[in-house]
Amino acid sequence: MTLSTLLILLVAIGVAFYFAGNMTVKTARSKGKVFHSLPNYYGLWAGSLAFFPAVVVLILWSIIDIQLFQSWVRDFYPPEILAAGGSQAIVALAKVENIVAGIRFGEPEAWVLQAGEAWIGWAATSTMLKSAVVLGLATVCGLIAYRQIDTDFRARNGVEKLISYGLIAASTIAILTTIGIVLSVLFETIRFFQLVPPTDFIFGTEWNPQFEGAERAGSGGGEAKYGMLPMFAGTLLISAIAIIVAVPVGLASAVYLAEYASPKVRSTVKPLLEILAGVPTVVYGFFAALTVAPAIKGFGESLGLTVASESALAAGLVMGVMIIPFVSSLSDDVINAVPQSLRDAAYGLGSTKSETTRQVVLPAALPGIVAAVILAVSRAVGETMIVVMAAGLAANLSFNPLDAVTTVTSQIVTILVGDQEFESAKTLSAFALSTMLIILTLGLNFFALQIVKKYREQYD
Amino acid sequence: MENSNIKTTGNVFVDNPRMTARNVDVYYGDKHAIKDVTIDIGEQEVIAFIGPSGCGKSTFLRTLNRMNDTIDICRVEGTISLDGEDIYAPSVDVVPLRARVGMVFQKPNPFPKSIYDNIAYGPRIHGLTKSKSELDDIVESALEKAGLWNEVKDRLDQPGTGLSGGQQQRLCIARAIAVSPEVILMDEPCSALDPIATAKVEELIEELKSQYTIVIVTHSMQQAARVSDRTAYFHLGDLIEVGNTEQIFTNPSHQLTQDYITGRFG
Ligand SMILES: Nc1ncnc2c1ncn2[C@@H]1O[C@H](COP(=O)(O)OP(=O)(O)OP(=O)(O)O)[C@@H](O)[C@H]1O
Ligand SMILES: [Mg+2]
Repeated sequence: MTLSTLLILLVAIGVAFYFAGNMTVKTARSKGKVFHSLPNYYGLWAGSLAFFPAVVVLILWSIIDIQLFQSWVRDFYPPEILAAGGSQAIVALAKVENIVAGIRFGEPEAWVLQAGEAWIGWAATSTMLKSAVVLGLATVCGLIAYRQIDTDFRARNGVEKLISYGLIAASTIAILTTIGIVLSVLFETIRFFQLVPPTDFIFGTEWNPQFEGAERAGSGGGEAKYGMLPMFAGTLLISAIAIIVAVPVGLASAVYLAEYASPKVRSTVKPLLEILAGVPTVVYGFFAALTVAPAIKGFGESLGLTVASESALAAGLVMGVMIIPFVSSLSDDVINAVPQSLRDAAYGLGSTKSETTRQVVLPAALPGIVAAVILAVSRAVGETMIVVMAAGLAANLSFNPLDAVTTVTSQIVTILVGDQEFESAKTLSAFALSTMLIILTLGLNFFALQIVKKYREQYD
Repeated sequence: MENSNIKTTGNVFVDNPRMTARNVDVYYGDKHAIKDVTIDIGEQEVIAFIGPSGCGKSTFLRTLNRMNDTIDICRVEGTISLDGEDIYAPSVDVVPLRARVGMVFQKPNPFPKSIYDNIAYGPRIHGLTKSKSELDDIVESALEKAGLWNEVKDRLDQPGTGLSGGQQQRLCIARAIAVSPEVILMDEPCSALDPIATAKVEELIEELKSQYTIVIVTHSMQQAARVSDRTAYFHLGDLIEVGNTEQIFTNPSHQLTQDYITGRFG
């Protein structure tokens, strides 16, 4: 039985128990029995208990059995492959899996064929067992739930519990995924640190992974350089430029929208500003590369400055424009959350509008505004596309906004696009960079959330 | 409203008026919220505005220091004067006006700043002081007058929002006093307070009466009877009756006033 047939059968069993529970209670009620909950809840109780445990078992089984086969099949590998380990074993596994899937290239080795056959046999047994167990479980659980139906049984409270478990499960998935991503990046990072000492990476001022091939070939060691500082300097430089653009403009437009604009203006301008947030970053990227960067170069050279054709300034300016809506929209929300009574108090004492805004509204909204800015910063730090297109890829350790620089994200992209060797320090360095980036943005977000929390306490 | 020109019963005029309102109409868009109200507010008196909910007490109160300017759709007609000067004249600046006619709101609304900064806010924006010690004196005397000094003198640097509700309201009164207003408008200043805090605020009003003119909106007739010298009864935007508080509560002339006082509605 395939996975989809099994699923369909499970749904059918669940629905059947739903109707059974529902109808049983309905008929009993029509005979004058008084139940704790509405019939619907008894149906939901029986149906859910039939369906969900079985589905969970089905999913777990399907994940685990493949893992098991993969480890069992190693018994068939010739000893030299096992001894070599690493990529050899991966290739061997791929060969076996091809046989299982019915794909043959030329004449496979005998052990591959044997392993394939064994695998097919295991899979058949597993599927049969799985179908039996899952369908059996659904029926048994459904029956148990159905037997519970009674005038005193509190199906409504039971269903309420099930719903809360469901919600917990959903949020757990999100959390587990995040943890999974972080862990996988972390493991690769550890492998990278086995090749390159962490201190060289963290404090190194030169970034030049391209020489790795030469190093491996044994000609001239130590030429590949894995110092992360140039990229973090680039990230900081570009983010700083972006913030210098976005904070004043975003904050001013938030103040205008929240305090000065008539409701009509507000209801048209606010969505317009938010459209800015919806423009794909690649569009900003070519705007930066094709329009802004040449304009800056032309202008700078007319002043007698040397300007790289791809400059941190161009990328930073455009990124600043990109994050304006983050700042303005979030700030607008927190400014609006400042109670009207505070404004009344200030006006009542004779403040003008701008005095009220500056001395009462903005200080009251400040923690929220800071949080908005920090979220915008972490957005800027993580932004890739604009930098790849407009700031260049040169890993210069420079704080001159007219130079070409590169950022952490755009280096990760450069390292990982195209063909790569998975084992090389160059590829692994991308993971190390990611770890550092995650630490940076997580730190920023954590900081922002702390501030938001403090702000909430003030007005609740 | 069946007839918008109900004549006000009782004596709306006083010998030494601080503020005068003549034929005042207030509109919110098309809604006629205050209808042809004429009344004097005397020097150093406490006058109470009473009436059923929605009758326009707050609206009329807010016209007295032009707080209505902050509401876009609000329009005021007629003349309102402070010491003989029309406060709605084009040449009048609302900033000093609101310093002269202060306001205390229904819900205590201290700024999320320190107690000291709450009181110092008004003097600072109006540039009333030249030195820090002068400002300290103003803060102390305002808190003294509001009867709050002894409770907060050791914690002036702590946030005003950390005080109890009653203390917050007295802080707001102190904040209004700090700019030395001539008139203080209070819109249901005790409605968010418990009986003990209410008693304290009422005591305070009693004391402030010697220096300030006070207009108080209240839903509590006992409170109006306790603190006010004169009482004005509003009904659906009309000023129905004005008179000495004692007379209004013991011997109202108008049928509507009597119905309200005796609790037949409202
Ligand atoms: N901002 C506003 N916009 C439109 N109409 C308003 C506004 N404020 C008040 N009104 C209307 O004006 C009338 C008078 O309102 P006001 O707040 O002055 O009543 P009130 O006597 O203070 O009532 P309460 O005792 O409930 O505070 C009401 O009908 C109210 O709906
Ligand atoms: Mg009111």
